[in-house]
Order: sequence, then structure tokens, then C-alpha cells
Amino acid sequence: MESKLRGRAHKYGKNVDTDVIIPGKYCNIIDPGELGKHALEGIDPEFTSRMNAGDVIVADTNFGCGSSREVAPIAIKGSGAAAVVAKSFARIFYRNALNIGLPIFESTEAVEGIESGDEIELEPATGIIRNITKGTEFHSAEFPPFMRSLIDAGGLVPYVEERLAQSASK
Amino acid sequence: MGMTLTEKILARHAGLDTVEPGQIINANVDLVLANELSAAVAIGVMRKIKGAQRVFDRSRIALVEDHFVPAKDAQSASLAKLMKDFAVEQQIEHFFDVGRGGIEHVVLPEEGLVAPGELIVGGDSHTCTYGALGAFATGMGSTDIAAAFVLGEVWLKVPASIKIVYDGEPGRMVYAKDIMLRTVGELGIDGATYRAIEYHGTTVDSLSITGRITMANMAIEAGAKNGIFQADEKTIAFVKERTDRPFIVERPDADAVYERVISIDVGSLEPQIACPHTPDNVHPISEIARDDIPVDQVFIGSCTNGYMEDLRIVAKILEGKRIAPSLRVIVNPGSQKVWMQAAQEGVLTTLAAAGCAVNTPGCGACFGGHMGTLGDGERAISTTNRNYVGRMGSPKAEIYLASPATCAASALTGKITDPRVLELAPV
Ligand code: SF4
Repeated sequence: MESKLRGRAHKYGKNVDTDVIIPGKYCNIIDPGELGKHALEGIDPEFTSRMNAGDVIVADTNFGCGSSREVAPIAIKGSGAAAVVAKSFARIFYRNALNIGLPIFESTEAVEGIESGDEIELEPATGIIRNITKGTEFHSAEFPPFMRSLIDAGGLVPYVEERLAQSASK
Repeated sequence: MGMTLTEKILARHAGLDTVEPGQIINANVDLVLANELSAAVAIGVMRKIKGAQRVFDRSRIALVEDHFVPAKDAQSASLAKLMKDFAVEQQIEHFFDVGRGGIEHVVLPEEGLVAPGELIVGGDSHTCTYGALGAFATGMGSTDIAAAFVLGEVWLKVPASIKIVYDGEPGRMVYAKDIMLRTVGELGIDGATYRAIEYHGTTVDSLSITGRITMANMAIEAGAKNGIFQADEKTIAFVKERTDRPFIVERPDADAVYERVISIDVGSLEPQIACPHTPDNVHPISEIARDDIPVDQVFIGSCTNGYMEDLRIVAKILEGKRIAPSLRVIVNPGSQKVWMQAAQEGVLTTLAAAGCAVNTPGCGACFGGHMGTLGDGERAISTTNRNYVGRMGSPKAEIYLASPATCAASALTGKITDPRVLELAPV
């Protein structure tokens, strides 16, 4: 993962659900780039044409609620967005984002201190969120140690490989 | 300190004497489920895992083709084929192709693949449905499912539990769906995030298994990780009719610790309806029906209300009548078995004679996939579980969620209707 991410904020409200992140009709697509073309289409059809690679999605509470579709975080990643900053995340989306390596940051203060268009800098390793436009700095809630170790390992796949290697050597 | 039902099941599957909320555990799974959408991504991930050639146990994986079947286009057909090829390659015992299965969450209980005390994970958020039979069941994304395919275990954070106690006898035309809509309305769509819901009380004790399925199914609509009922004689009879696999009925301890206890008085409840665009925007039907809101489509089906009991209610209301000319009614029986039973009982003929389009079992219109997608400016009333913007097609459509009875009543009048105004004996 890159040490610093930088882009402009695109801000949304609460309960941004998986049906608006990637509508059901596109769920038969598995290519991340193709999915990315439809990211957030249900809530903001212009998102993909307005955004630049590296931009950051900022949202209120319960981001990613609804279905378990992993194509939701994949679509966001596929759109070129760098990360999601939200006050809170729905449970399955949170797991999926960690598993596929989409950086997520949880901070009520940061969300309140960011407006659409602000230039944002993020440090996934430390959870630091900087609003360059406004000159403010925030901290994301820390990941529990087990999840931190999953993230450091590079997601769930390397973790499973390690477990398989362990059981093979037993 | 005592444990909740969820904690008991998780502890046993993690090989621990006790667990507590917040603890991260590695738990063995009894069954891993995927549909053609979640499987397609999971299979891709599994191929990337070094050292992973085989699934952990070919008898403990269920693969169900349901979201885009019969395939709506070439792309969907490719996903279905991808899963089918995998099922053949891995000799998966429980693979259900179109025509032999139906909606995953209808099929698994029906086929005896779910039993009390078991731990089930699925690549679909409504996997929580199996809590109806006293199992711990939760939905996950495809990478987690790939890991479970290979390891036969998952990491889980033990959720705190919310106990909901339902008392009172449901009034006329008040069903499990109404009770659960009210519950989601009370909790809010993130009211139970990272939590387990444990259903208690005299009302749910007297509910049928189908009613409990409807309620457990919508635990996710309040953000819950799982929703669970204590298995009783009805559950045991239901499961034993379908499998002779041994199972362990867990009970919550008398001194179990709940984060919250909520009471819901069902006796005073009228039929409920969730208005656009969130499943917690729930109101008593009388408040909404008085506005004479016209409807373009009625959808009867899904893993929430696509069961025999549901179709019988709809058929009883529509029998000998014609649906309003201003709308269409689409019916998707939940599974092939439900379809056959409904055919034998004459229910399908009743529905067709009333003017309903009866589809083959599957998810269909529920998630805007195909077979009943809504257009711009259209309004639907549906027996499904979600009404987010764009859920059933156009982001400019509106979806109301209600019971099969309320949907059927609305089908007759052409507008959102309180089913209690119908001159019918209670069904
Ligand atoms: S019927 Fe609807 S909610 Fe149920 S599994 Fe299918 S798409 Fe999901």
C-alpha cells in the first residue's frame, strides 16, 4: 500500500448502500475496471466523469449497508478512488474493503471537517487524515490488532496461504 | 457469566468454553454457501491462493444458481457456467442449477442443509435467514467465502446480542413480515450493526418456521450480523423431516448478558409498510393507505416471502378476482419445490387467472436483476426486504415493502391498500 494518498473529496450523506454503489444489474460483471465505470451510479451518476484517480469518497454513517456484494468495494477501487472516509461502515462492507485492500478510514470529526472539493491527504499506516485545503488533521479509529495484522499481511489471501502452509507442515 | 445463544454456538465452533463480545475467534464452519455472483468472485480469489487446490469438504459447500437465472444475458450465463464448472471440478455435493433449486435461502432449509446449533457462512447478506432454525449464520463477501472454501473456518468478531421480546397475538392480516418491518423501524437500518439479534417471546414461539424465516431474513436490514431463534419442537420436527444428520440444540443461559432488551407489543400492531427509500422508513398501513398511492408493479417473492404460506395468502385474496388493470403483478415462487407445491394446490392457476405473471423460481425482480425491473418514475409494492434507491431497477423508481397480504390487497385496488379493508376471513 502506498504510504500517502492524495486527492479531492467527494462527499455523500449517510447510509450509502451497496445498491447505489453498484446497482444490481451490474453485479454480473467481475472486471474491476468495468465495474469502476458504474461506481456510485445510483447516487451520483456523474461521479466517474467528475472524479480523478486518487480522489477520496467521504460519507456519513453506515457506508456500504445492504448486500454482501464484494463488487461494491471492488467498483470503488476500480473507479480509481483511493479510499473511503466515513463516520462508520456497515459490517460486511468493512470486512470486504479490508480483504480486497481498499483503504478505509473511520472518523466522525474528519467527515465533519471535510467538504466536497477539499484536497485530502491520507496515511493508511497511521490512520492520519489531513484536510490540505483547510489545514486540519484528524485520526481514524484504530483497527483491532487482528485486523491490523490482516492489513499488514496484505489482505486475507496471504493470511490463508500462511494457514495452509502451517497445516501442511503439521 | 452466562452466554447468549450466539455466543454458545460461536464458542463451540471455536473450541472454547466461553467467548465474549468483541473477542476475535477462529471458528469451524458447518456449511459455506455461495450463489453465482458471489461464487464467481470467490472462485477467482481461490485460484490465486497458493496451495489451495481443493475445497475443505465437498459435502459442506452449497452452490446455488439464483440471481440471474435463467441467464438474462451472455455475461450472466458465463458466471453461471463458471460456478457450475467449479462444482463439477470440486465434486461439490450440493450444487443447485436452475430448475432444481431456487433462491438459495429458500433451498437450504428446505433441503435439510441447515440444522440448529450449526455455523453457516454465505456469500450473500441474507445468509442470516438460517437463524430461524437456531443456527448462527452470517453473510460475507467473496474473499471471505474463498477463505472458508479452502480452510473450512472463518475469523469472526463475537457480536454483542440484542434481545427482542415479542408478546401479544397478531391481529387480523398482521404477519411475521409486519412484525419484522416494525422491528427494523424501531432499530433503524444501522441499529444492530455488528450485533446479534436474539428473538424471544410468546409471539415468536407460536410463529411457523416460515414466519421465523421471514424475521431472521431481515435481521441484516437492521445491520445485524445474525438474527437467531431458539430451536423448539417445531424446528426439530422441520429439520428431522429433512435430514438425519445429528445436531446440537443450544440454549441461551439464564444469566446471559444482552446489550439491550427491547419489547415489542404485537397485539397492538397493525399491518406495516416500509416507504421509500430505506427499510426502516416503516409506518402503520393506515397512515399510508389513506393517501391513495397508485402502484405500477406488485412483486410477490424473494427469500423473505417466497414461501408456500405466502403464496397461499396471496391466492386466497386474489381467488376469483382480477388484479387492477393499471398494474402488473409478478410472482416468483421461492424454489422449485414451492413452485411444484403451488402448482399441485392450484395456487399458480389462481394467480395466473387473476392476471399475475408467474415466473420460474429465483431472485428475479427482487434486486433489479431481471424479470420485472422497474422503469423511471414507476412505483412498486413488494414482499421483498430492501427498498434502497435503484434496488429493483431505475434509481427513479419507488419501492414500498409489505406483507404478501398487503401486496395482494394493493394488487386488487391498484393503489397501496390496507388488507384489513378486504371483506375476507382472516387467512
Ligand atoms: S431473493 Fe432478493 S434478497 Fe433474497 S437472495 Fe435473492 S436477491 Fe437477495
